[in-house]
Amino acid sequence: MLEQIEGSQAVARTVAMCRPEVICAYPISPQTHIVEGLSRLVKAGELRPCEFVNVESEYAAMSVAIGASATGARSYTATASQGLLYMAEALYNASGLGLPIVMTVANRALGAPINIWNDHSDSMSQRDSGWIQLYVESNQEAVDVHLQAFRIAETLSLPVMVCMDGFILTHAVERVELPEPEQVDAFLPPYEPRQLLDPAEPMTIGAMVGPEAYTEVRYLAHYKQMQALDVIPEVAAAFEQRFGRSSGGLLRSYRSDDAETIVVALGSVLGTIEDVIDELRDQGVSIGALGIRTFRPWPSEEVRSALEHAKRVIVVEKALSIGIGGIVSQNVHGALEGTAVTIHTAIAGLGGRPITKSSLRRLFADGIAGELTGTTFVDLDHSLVDGESERMMQTRRSGPHAENMLRDVGIVGAGPV
Amino acid sequence: MTATRLKYFQTGSFAAGNRLVNPESRSVQSGAERANAITCGHRACQGCGEALGARYALDAAMRATGGDLIAANATGCLEVFSTPYPESSWQLPWIHSLFGNAAAVSTGIAAALRAKGNTHTRVVGQGGDGGTVDIGFACLSGMFERDDDVLFICYDNEAYMNTGVQRSGATPPAAFTTTTQAVGEEPGAPWGQGKSAPLIALAHEIPYVATATIADLRDLEAKVQRAMSIRGARYIHVLVTCPLGWGTPSSDSLRVARLAVETGIFPVWEGAYGDVTAVTKIRHRLPVEDYLQAQTRFRHLFKPRRRDALIERVQARADRNIRRFGLIDPVEYDPVALHVEGGS
Amino acid sequence: MFETRIHGRGGQGVVTSAELLSVAAFREDRHAQAFPSFGSERTGAPVISFCRIDDRTIRTREPISLPDAVIIVDPTLLHHVDVFSGLRADGYVLINSTRSFAELQLGELCDGFRPERLCTIPATELAREHLGRPLPNAAMLGAFAQLTGVVTVESVAAAIRQRFSGEVAEANVRAAQAAAGLVPPSSGKAAQEEAINA
Ligand SMILES: Cc1ncc(C[n+]2csc(CCOP(=O)(O)OP(=O)(O)O)c2C)c(N)n1
Ligand code: SF4
Ligand SMILES: [Mg+2]
Repeated sequence: MLEQIEGSQAVARTVAMCRPEVICAYPISPQTHIVEGLSRLVKAGELRPCEFVNVESEYAAMSVAIGASATGARSYTATASQGLLYMAEALYNASGLGLPIVMTVANRALGAPINIWNDHSDSMSQRDSGWIQLYVESNQEAVDVHLQAFRIAETLSLPVMVCMDGFILTHAVERVELPEPEQVDAFLPPYEPRQLLDPAEPMTIGAMVGPEAYTEVRYLAHYKQMQALDVIPEVAAAFEQRFGRSSGGLLRSYRSDDAETIVVALGSVLGTIEDVIDELRDQGVSIGALGIRTFRPWPSEEVRSALEHAKRVIVVEKALSIGIGGIVSQNVHGALEGTAVTIHTAIAGLGGRPITKSSLRRLFADGIAGELTGTTFVDLDHSLVDGESERMMQTRRSGPHAENMLRDVGIVGAGPV
Repeated sequence: MTATRLKYFQTGSFAAGNRLVNPESRSVQSGAERANAITCGHRACQGCGEALGARYALDAAMRATGGDLIAANATGCLEVFSTPYPESSWQLPWIHSLFGNAAAVSTGIAAALRAKGNTHTRVVGQGGDGGTVDIGFACLSGMFERDDDVLFICYDNEAYMNTGVQRSGATPPAAFTTTTQAVGEEPGAPWGQGKSAPLIALAHEIPYVATATIADLRDLEAKVQRAMSIRGARYIHVLVTCPLGWGTPSSDSLRVARLAVETGIFPVWEGAYGDVTAVTKIRHRLPVEDYLQAQTRFRHLFKPRRRDALIERVQARADRNIRRFGLIDPVEYDPVALHVEGGS
Repeated sequence: MFETRIHGRGGQGVVTSAELLSVAAFREDRHAQAFPSFGSERTGAPVISFCRIDDRTIRTREPISLPDAVIIVDPTLLHHVDVFSGLRADGYVLINSTRSFAELQLGELCDGFRPERLCTIPATELAREHLGRPLPNAAMLGAFAQLTGVVTVESVAAAIRQRFSGEVAEANVRAAQAAAGLVPPSSGKAAQEEAINA
């Protein structure tokens, strides 16, 4: 059914149609509307049988999901930002145990300084946690990819994180085609666990593994995740067959087949990028985009064949690996090793700074003109940084950076604070 | 000509007006030299009980320590509304680290002071009910158990307000929150045993535990002052109203807090080393209905139809508090009766 | 594409307004995207919401900085926040007030804009009258539909009925219709089409 609906509500209803049996959640902006919606559906008795557990921390949320999944229940949770970090230990545990939990990450920046707005720092920080990571571009894709996520997770017995931009998608009201429950049932078979806490067949889960087999267990975890490179496109194809629209998969190319310049990005910013690409194409610029839909496992081969014909690649990323720079671009570098493609890194949209068409136009023009060097911080206010550096040089007790710099910015009257 | 009758007491509270009290017993807030630990310009909602409670508590702590005080704050409304940088409401050294670690950060501050031989600067940790009784509970319990020299203050508005009113471990049964909605057979928050953080604090046998509300700010000030005269781990649990989350007019914040006390919903007491040492008696006992009806978060108990069974269950909880803490004279503490009622 | 920015304060239903506008457009088979300004705001703090309306899929996600219309739900913001920032020269302004632009000391503003596209509406009073509560959004949207023609007043009414139910919905619809009745018939339809086709 086609509806004008908030992204979070669309996700809540879709997840409900996937018939999760245990949902556990701890509130954190901007994930809250999703779990509020689900808690309502469970409480109203519209989702049966299903337990909704209001836990006392994210550590407990993921741990409840672990216990539930190991007991054969389809399990779901959602979080963001600080919450994702707070569950980090349990995240590695869930993937190490091979439990097919599905989790929505409503992408948000990390503190300090505390910031509730969108970027990809949170999920990127857990890219090595053993979870499959899928990024969505629109709320339609969020709906579609959640359906696929359960199937991917349960096929491989691996946890899947669906990353959707906090606020930008979770709080946007737009048109979404919601599936019918029968379609979902036909697409997603009941969960058949690979391992189960079952008194009829007692099994030990979570034993210590020493040097004699640890490498092999980890190797297998890697191998299993790499299998997702086959499973994800299969599931996307099955989805397209049943629902008649293409969603999910590993990558999505936009006007890039013949492009000299290809912009690589993840998530909702791709929409804005595509608008700019259309404008530039109209002006005769040879430019296209590559959307990364699956970031873990990293589809290296596919990225290579999508990009190797280009002259240059501009990776626009909403996260920063402090001490090296771009995260996605490191991966792109790996995929393009040995080719002549020039790779530029642009860090943009950190902590919710809007990525505007005009900054993208400027960025792409600079890239095409060969004026980008190293890592570019889009719309960086150099004077603010210089002011603080100056202060640090002048006084030993210069105080906290964040607060000093905010004082320099002054009161932001109109905007959100 | 009609004469206005002179009133010596504020309606309902029986609190003596300041001018009737001798100067040394007057409230901290009434003094021109009050610290204004949280100045105006913060961005709390109108009528925010947490803003009020925190101002009184910290001003009292400032007075007790001569301003020689450091505060650590958990994430939550208090933290967010007080620091819309470059404006900050704090007039004392203040740090916000994370949501769940304020008690441990406080311990760290106290340890550093000790390491440096500083025996005069004192430490206050503070957070909302979520940051205290849920995600921060392990750190808090550790701080109690080690008897670290920290006063921790919980501003309990009975839900995660900062993120938009979700249920916490301190949310009372039947209350509407966005994660315990007023739908289904048992609308609102589920009926459990609840979690009395002050009683759990008391069970750590720390030197001082107290509860207070914003209905009696003088009492809150006095308790903070008392806490600051003691060394070791101390805990004050303050019930604060939240117009947004409770669904009350902002002008009713004090009235609703008073109703929580007068109905027996929220017992006000002090304790030390594992025992309750003093309780604030209820003067006009009121039925819980008066309290419930004042807040839209309990509206589903009355509309579209009255749910007498649920209202009675809330009343039973209040009755239990009254018996257990001896909130009304001359009720004797009767463990047998208590046991029978214990199921509520 | 027709882009609207709504200014108000936390608790005034600014986000719901943008959503209702988007639903009204959706009901006319248009594409619409409504989103808030994402603050961690308390009741009473200035907030902004946005709504884009177009005849094709809306892909962009940037905030609206050059709006075709601004709606000011709370006139006390007028002198605190730059509510007209980026407004196009042929843009629309709708302010919730019993006073005129001149009385609001916005005379200067009128110079740059088309006077027939500037409108004040006593939405709070209308809401008091029809709802018994000072919730001006429905009235604002009714007036907005009439002023701009970007959606019809009927679609606004339908969006309100979809979101609320029973007497609350009907009272809001009456407020919307009453407000629309106070605005001169739309001079905007053609202009709005222009904007969309531009
Ligand atoms: C690890 C982590 N999880 C979740 C959050 C989101 N969060 C911030 S404040 C808050 C609620 C605060 O509730 P409470 O402690 O009761 O304080 P109140 O806002 O009600 O005063 C939540 C859930 C966070 N900041 N960090
Ligand atoms: S939401 Fe509640 S606790 Fe938070 S500032 Fe508003 S009144 Fe205070
Ligand atoms: Mg709280």
